Amino acid sequence: MKSALLIQEINKAKEVLPESVVRYIEDCVSRKNPNSHLISVLHKVQDHFGYLAKEHMDAVSILMQIPSAKVTGVASFYHFFNFAPRGKHRVSLCMGTACFVKGAGKVLDKLKDHLGIDVGQTTEDRLFSIDVARCVGACALAPVMIVDEKVYADVKPDQVAKILAEYGFEPRKAKK
Amino acid sequence: MTIEKKITLWIDGVKVTVPEKSTILKAAASINIDIPSLCYHPDLSVIGACRVCVVEVEGQRNPVASCSFPVTEGMKVKTSTPLLRRVRRDIVELILDNHPMDCPSCSRNGTCELQKLAYDLGVRERLFEGERKRIPVDTSSPVQRNPEKCILCGRCVRVCDEVQGVHNLSVQNRGFHNVVAPAHDCKMIDSICIHCGQCVNVCPTAAFTEKDATESVFEALSNPDMHVVVHTAPAIRATIGEGFGFRPGTPVTGKLVTSLRMAGFHKVFDTNFSADLTIIEESTEFISRVQKKERLPLITSCSPGWVNFMERFYPELIPLTSSCKSPMSMMSTLLKTYYAQTMQLDPKNIFVVAVMPCTAKKFEAARPEHMAPWGKPYTDAVLTTRELIWMLKCLGVDFHNLEDGAFDSPLGVSSGAADIFGATGGVMEAALRTAYEKITGKELEALDFTDVRGVEGVKEASVQIDGMTVNIGVANGLQNAKNLLDRVASGEKEYHLIEIMACPGGCVAGGGQPYPPRGMYVLDPELARLRARALYSIDGAKTLRKSHENPAIEALYENFLGAPNSHLCHELLHTHYEPKFPRGVK
Repeated sequence: MKSALLIQEINKAKEVLPESVVRYIEDCVSRKNPNSHLISVLHKVQDHFGYLAKEHMDAVSILMQIPSAKVTGVASFYHFFNFAPRGKHRVSLCMGTACFVKGAGKVLDKLKDHLGIDVGQTTEDRLFSIDVARCVGACALAPVMIVDEKVYADVKPDQVAKILAEYGFEPRKAKK
Repeated sequence: MTIEKKITLWIDGVKVTVPEKSTILKAAASINIDIPSLCYHPDLSVIGACRVCVVEVEGQRNPVASCSFPVTEGMKVKTSTPLLRRVRRDIVELILDNHPMDCPSCSRNGTCELQKLAYDLGVRERLFEGERKRIPVDTSSPVQRNPEKCILCGRCVRVCDEVQGVHNLSVQNRGFHNVVAPAHDCKMIDSICIHCGQCVNVCPTAAFTEKDATESVFEALSNPDMHVVVHTAPAIRATIGEGFGFRPGTPVTGKLVTSLRMAGFHKVFDTNFSADLTIIEESTEFISRVQKKERLPLITSCSPGWVNFMERFYPELIPLTSSCKSPMSMMSTLLKTYYAQTMQLDPKNIFVVAVMPCTAKKFEAARPEHMAPWGKPYTDAVLTTRELIWMLKCLGVDFHNLEDGAFDSPLGVSSGAADIFGATGGVMEAALRTAYEKITGKELEALDFTDVRGVEGVKEASVQIDGMTVNIGVANGLQNAKNLLDRVASGEKEYHLIEIMACPGGCVAGGGQPYPPRGMYVLDPELARLRARALYSIDGAKTLRKSHENPAIEALYENFLGAPNSHLCHELLHTHYEPKFPRGVK
């Protein structure tokens, strides 16, 4: 039996998430082993918002009745989930062995330097965010940088600014 | 009846027969082989994370973790070989590689399981030194979290989940960045933590400790303008001896009093006094609710861990919970009102120290509800049993050889009913002794309510009082409390009176109690039983065994409070609760 206070909490949580996700959660909860659907629920939430905010995860915790420490424990385990809004353009650098050997580390340094952010972060103007990938399977093109869907091959550190400029990068604006 | 299947195996050449679902570790323990272990805890689920307990099993390519490896028929196990010694030593060395290694200045020096293990396994040099995780200490709450000392054994996570049902802790992040923390890696004070301190008890290192209050007490003791008084909870007299080599279950009330005088406290009072007072107030509240046919069951409110839990997990039970302050807060309030008045002291110059078996009491003392009108808490400092043991050692008190002292009057007089407050079922028993006589007006002949004694998680009984059947429920450990309360919520059973203590076994096994001696473990029911037995023996030896017959309490009402549940009582001895956020998931 749910107490009135809990029903209040549940209703508040429902307002945080889009209706489709709430319906999905309700469906999951009615199935066998409801907790096992946590990851797919988090996927849906991230698909919608682009990231997982504290209040999103707390809402999931209440609606699925899974302790929030477990929800954030699962979410923080997987690289796929991110906890801050991503930039409009997602710059992904391959750090696989081949790319790394061919100088991806230096490209990454340049990238971080230009944008003034670290891996996993987003620029203040929300234009760019940096991710690193573990081998995208295009070793012949190493080092590989991917912006949104576009793949750049054989990237040299001094080409980074030019590539970013295609997406609206202005050196003075992005740097703090 | 099903006959349990038995398995016979050989451990180090010794034939041993054990029940079918046993593990190698348990089988070895049955023939007195103590396989070293770290993440393993007999009363928590088995996760086999640390691999310290590895053994060699014939037919297995690699050593296996004995804590989780099930026994099979004819199995041949070796628990001590040159390979195992090396493997275990290397594992502990690798754990130490990511450890601050500040043992001499660590609060767990001497009680640390990692330290002991490193010694036992012969770690004498550091072969692996590498990057160490750097995470700041979280001192926001009475339960302090130092992730740098954490070895990720996960005992705290399991005790919080399985025993307390709080689920505040989980392993966050991944790989090298693993950290045991509340949701969102937030501060303990902002989490759903109820400050019960069971994580402190099960932690093998100093990753969880209580927040130290000894410095403020030392400071007060050396301040010539301060009148420093101390009062000690019922459970302390049954456990503090362990810190000085006494066997668990040795009552040391007299030595405790003497040691506190030696430490320089001006007056040594007994929280037992206000435990008696709690019984009078609570039983009056109970009888009034029964007579007015108001909301029942009445749920006790002495355990601050339970109160915190109730506010976060069961706020709908606020109206059922007794409005009585805990004995600690009643005592501290009286010390700065009644006692100050009697002694003609300015309450602002009285420094009240409470010795408690509990970390949640530190939280309770700081609650805004327990502030005096001049903005300072009624309880200035709460020391856990462990902290007091350390203070006495620091002061060079030879506890073992002390003469017995007696508590100061009048706030040191107490009945046997108060002594048993420290054990699960004790508050219930004390309340029944008084409620029975108050309702019936007759003398209760059999004072021992044995149905509510013992360390079982949930105890139930029905008592006949004046033709009325009073259903009582007693729970200790909050997962057990959940089970009991869910039965109340579903209407499966109607209770009149419920006692809940947050810690398994009650205050004798509280979050501030001494780490167990060799051969016993935290949460060991035997340890709780021995400590409780000490309290019941004190009760049994007293002639004054009912709270309402305590002459000092009678005098207090006559000279100061008026009648039980009077206006002044409500002002000084009662409190209120509020739903707290974030809410816990039941």
